[in-house]
Amino acid sequence: MIVSRRTTLLGLAVTLTSGHLTTGQTSLALAAAANEQRFVVVILRGALDGMAAVVPHGDPGLTALRGNPPEGLLDLGGFYGLHPALTNLHAMFKDGELLPIHAVAGPYRVRSHFEAQDYLESGSDHRMISGWLNRVVAAMEPPRTSGALAVGVSVPLLLRGPALVDNWAPHGMAEPSPDLYAAIAALNKADMVTGPAIETGLRERGFSARALSGQTGEKNRNAFPALAAAAGTMLRAADGPRIAALELGGWDTHSAQTGRLNGPLTQLDEGLAALKTALGSTWKQTAVLVMTEFGRTARMNGTGGTDHGTGGIAFVLGGTIAGGRVQADWPGLGPGRLLEDRDLAPTTDLRSVAKGLLSHHLGLGSAAQEQVFPGSGGVAPMQGLVRA
Amino acid sequence: MDTRSAHALVRFGLGRRGAESYPADPAAWLLGQLTDADSPRIDPAPTTESGLAALREDRANRPKPGESRARALFVSQATGELAHALTTSTPFRERLVWFWTNHFTVSLRRGECTAIACAFIEEAIRPHVTGSFADMLMAVMRHPAMLMYLDNARSMGPSSPTGARAGAGLNENLARECLELHTVSPAAGYTQADVTSLARILTGWSIELRGESPGFLFRPRSHEPGVHTVMGRVFPPGEEGGIAALRFLAGHPATHRFLATKLLRHFVADDPAADDIRQIEGALRDSHGDLAAAAAALVGLDSAWHPGGKLRTPQDFMIAAIRCLDLPDGRRPNLIGVLAGLGQPFLTAPAPNGWPDVATDWAAPEAILRRIDWANGFAGRLGSRDPMEIAETGLGPLLRPATRDAMGLAASRRDAFTLLLASPEFQRR
Repeated sequence: MIVSRRTTLLGLAVTLTSGHLTTGQTSLALAAAANEQRFVVVILRGALDGMAAVVPHGDPGLTALRGNPPEGLLDLGGFYGLHPALTNLHAMFKDGELLPIHAVAGPYRVRSHFEAQDYLESGSDHRMISGWLNRVVAAMEPPRTSGALAVGVSVPLLLRGPALVDNWAPHGMAEPSPDLYAAIAALNKADMVTGPAIETGLRERGFSARALSGQTGEKNRNAFPALAAAAGTMLRAADGPRIAALELGGWDTHSAQTGRLNGPLTQLDEGLAALKTALGSTWKQTAVLVMTEFGRTARMNGTGGTDHGTGGIAFVLGGTIAGGRVQADWPGLGPGRLLEDRDLAPTTDLRSVAKGLLSHHLGLGSAAQEQVFPGSGGVAPMQGLVRA
Repeated sequence: MDTRSAHALVRFGLGRRGAESYPADPAAWLLGQLTDADSPRIDPAPTTESGLAALREDRANRPKPGESRARALFVSQATGELAHALTTSTPFRERLVWFWTNHFTVSLRRGECTAIACAFIEEAIRPHVTGSFADMLMAVMRHPAMLMYLDNARSMGPSSPTGARAGAGLNENLARECLELHTVSPAAGYTQADVTSLARILTGWSIELRGESPGFLFRPRSHEPGVHTVMGRVFPPGEEGGIAALRFLAGHPATHRFLATKLLRHFVADDPAADDIRQIEGALRDSHGDLAAAAAALVGLDSAWHPGGKLRTPQDFMIAAIRCLDLPDGRRPNLIGVLAGLGQPFLTAPAPNGWPDVATDWAAPEAILRRIDWANGFAGRLGSRDPMEIAETGLGPLLRPATRDAMGLAASRRDAFTLLLASPEFQRR
């Protein structure tokens, strides 16, 4: 049903671009555009710790690995609790619009950020020259004339490829994540010229205070909430893009994880809320997939952090999503349950989540899905992600 | 691979371009550039004639801000200048062009220079960077951009026919900066009387905006009559007096010493050693102001081959970063915009003494953070290329283990490349 309506109305929208429409038809076409599905993918670069974002406090094995669950978790139905920084996401959960999917991983097991991000974005077991989201755009019928949108200073591999991609970023500089600033400061520490300059500069910008309070880039036009809001505004426009990709870093928490996650999680939470607000009524046609390259070790390491792991979290959210529950084939944390005795064992292939959205949200058939994720024939689209 | 080969590309060049071959004999490679022709330019060279035509048109049409022909001309020409630096195979020559352009600063702070600022580089500076300093000085002082920037075009001899009738007089600006910044420097001990006298000598050095070939024009009716004395030398009236005065100043021992110090401060060290200054000064003196001889003498100094030492200016840094990725035309950032954001807008120095050439002036905390922020944005252009390979290729033996280690721990390719660009060694030349 959804598919046929989209096809008809998209036909009108395409006519619009040929410039032969009367006013009445234009408003019809605009109404058509307003009914088109929107799809947004957010890449969390650096590997978010899924067990910190969605804490499986109902699992009796958790305490042995991580100590007592943190205070202030936001309830996700008893077994799981959402990180306290994710208040907007929690509101969406209560409204049935957020579906966390736990113990997720891609099919390719590497612990290098670079390689894992390539696989995550190319949707293949080798680094392709195009990203899977670009192949989604290419597979859409009829062909899109308004392109996809990469929000930020560059087009990620996820969106690179033959299909037309617009790239939008506000003018000005893009501040690195607090983690990257810290690494740059450390690299320059011994330098007599750049060392003191960077240290003083970061202090003058209130870096440490903001980083600790999660207020990184409050006034930064390049901060994630501002980018997400801009993406929402463009996606809402009648002649705007229907597909967009966003990125957010700061997740590689090898030490002092508890404090360091507040900043990026707050950015993510505020950004997704800003996206929803900016989309306005078109939020009802929107699905968002939030994914990261891998999970982190189930045990905390000796410096209060976690190292590169396997199973992790993905979020799907939006007006079309059948949320309000946590989707997981929970592998357990007890003795013998961890992968290689260190990682949360993955039980869900991230491609089945993505294919579930392609199939039920965007209406792509199985042939198109195979183009998007080559060699994924054995991975069925996840059912029940999208509201009936 | 010899560290000197990698060092030569950074110290005297603009950073390694992609995987361009390292010079087998770095000193010979540098000296060769002093006799080679400049690598060919892609864009049509800017000319004073077309620039002055644009200026005339703007004055007639009074365009809205952002729609002026002069500005459009500048943006395309300035982008061409910077793009040339991205691909040139004679980067030492280009560095010399930048050095001398900054020595003889004209700046867009004086708006009417906009349309001819790039023509100034091509006509007054570039042809002379391996020629005689006196010829360069002469070309500079007769160039409409300098005559506008330092107000000489409107300076009139109070006793000249035009000046007497209009009740107009001297503008000492160009004469003062010629002595202070371009030639002998205050170390020569000249007086205010010398400044005024040189200003009188230079009256009538003006600009023809209209006509067949707009450009420099000597206006005898604005020229102050009589003989004039500068630093003890007497110069005759007329255009010839000015030419003789400038030749005298160009060859003055104080000028050689001043230029030697500035060349060393630019290429070798913020605080040049006295011995080195004597070496370069001697090269200038013995060659009668041959700038190729001075540049060759720099290459011959032991101290020039110690890595590090000089902090890159924002312009050097941006060019080196883009050369390192060897981005083709169309995939490059907006070069003019980047420089403005990094605090060194192209050809827009705040004052006639040009951009500073020591680290402390470029290492303000916010200035360094802006470089890092830009690097972070620019790093997105890495795509899926291997940052470690780019680092090994770009810096070779100059890459420090600490930087390699930090890059290995980065959370993404892009972060790793940002770390390379933000490393202390990439900030140095």
